[in-house]
Amino acid sequence: MVELTLPRNSKVNEGKTWNDAKDKGTWREFRVYRWNPDDKENPQVDTYHLNLDECGPMVLDALIKIKNEIDSSLTFRRSCREGICGSCAMNIDGTNTLACTQGMDEIKGTVKIYPLPHQPVIKDLVPDLTNFYAQHRSIEPWLQTETAAPPKEWKQSREDREKLDGLYECVMCACCSTSCPSYWWNSDRYLGPAVLLQAYRWVVDSRDEATGDRLDNLEDPFRLYRCHTILNCTKACPKGLNPAKAIAELKKKMVERRF
Amino acid sequence: MAQAGPQADRPLSPHLQIYKPMLTTIMSILHRLTGMALYAGSLLVAWWLLAAASGPQYYNFVSGLADTIFGRIVLFAYTWALIHHMLGGIRHFIWDTGSGFELPTVELMARATIIGSLGLTALIWAVALTMTGGL
Repeated sequence: MVELTLPRNSKVNEGKTWNDAKDKGTWREFRVYRWNPDDKENPQVDTYHLNLDECGPMVLDALIKIKNEIDSSLTFRRSCREGICGSCAMNIDGTNTLACTQGMDEIKGTVKIYPLPHQPVIKDLVPDLTNFYAQHRSIEPWLQTETAAPPKEWKQSREDREKLDGLYECVMCACCSTSCPSYWWNSDRYLGPAVLLQAYRWVVDSRDEATGDRLDNLEDPFRLYRCHTILNCTKACPKGLNPAKAIAELKKKMVERRF
Repeated sequence: MAQAGPQADRPLSPHLQIYKPMLTTIMSILHRLTGMALYAGSLLVAWWLLAAASGPQYYNFVSGLADTIFGRIVLFAYTWALIHHMLGGIRHFIWDTGSGFELPTVELMARATIIGSLGLTALIWAVALTMTGGL
């Protein structure tokens, strides 16, 4: 349901300023969303200052430096620091992206960091993605076949394999889904761009034999058709993939199979 | 590790409040708004047709309303909403074929829709005003 404002317990207050910028060096202000489940307070935005001359180039470097040197209570997910695990997805400078691949030189002025939008917050920059993962499971993202398994591997022509390019690279970071206003208002029923891109990835896989069932599962006013081609998803994807196009291809398949 | 199940008292992270407005998002909102405006506009057109069907006196009254400054503004806005929604419809039709999803194309189509809708509206009004002899 469309709710333009935040619930009362989610309104963001002004937080504390942890340190000040100094004259020497290239100082940058960071405004970071904080929420601690233990203190029963509303979320707040804290301010930190870092000397970028002594910091790595990416936003994740800055977050790690804050955690190491200024405020050890700052909480965020991170793992691979090279854009392959999808853990450090968050809203940086108004757009969802991975903190590890977002260069600070690409951001003007204050660096504003929030958790992925319209998600329940576990702590600080860590959202609860339980629903997102459950939706991923609902499209059964694994190879389904009826014919007997071949003695070695399921073979695929070069051309058929190429159809998976631009789909298999998805790291399920949820940047696209949580950038989508349709997903904000209807995430209980709309599957969202990331999960639909995965659904399409299995629909076009030449080895998969459950295409009809997969499309049946998506033939629903909400699951697929809540996509209104707003295109926030494609603009957000840190891997340069195109969920909006994948969804359009799914809608096309729905029409094509009637003839 | 702590339980990560849904919990009622968890805050919802900010969304509209913090997401950077983009041309594509604005175009989507405008498409919706012009679509809604067309409902109201269609009622006005129906009213005008009913007036034409019910005789010269009532028709002159409704035409007179349309001739006021306010009436003209409403008509101008309706023309723009109609053209903008139509061009938006063409954009969506192109997307329905699975093309036009590359980001530069997306930006180009958004700009073309805005410029096209303003330009065509101006053109329609220029022609209409010339034909009816000015304001």
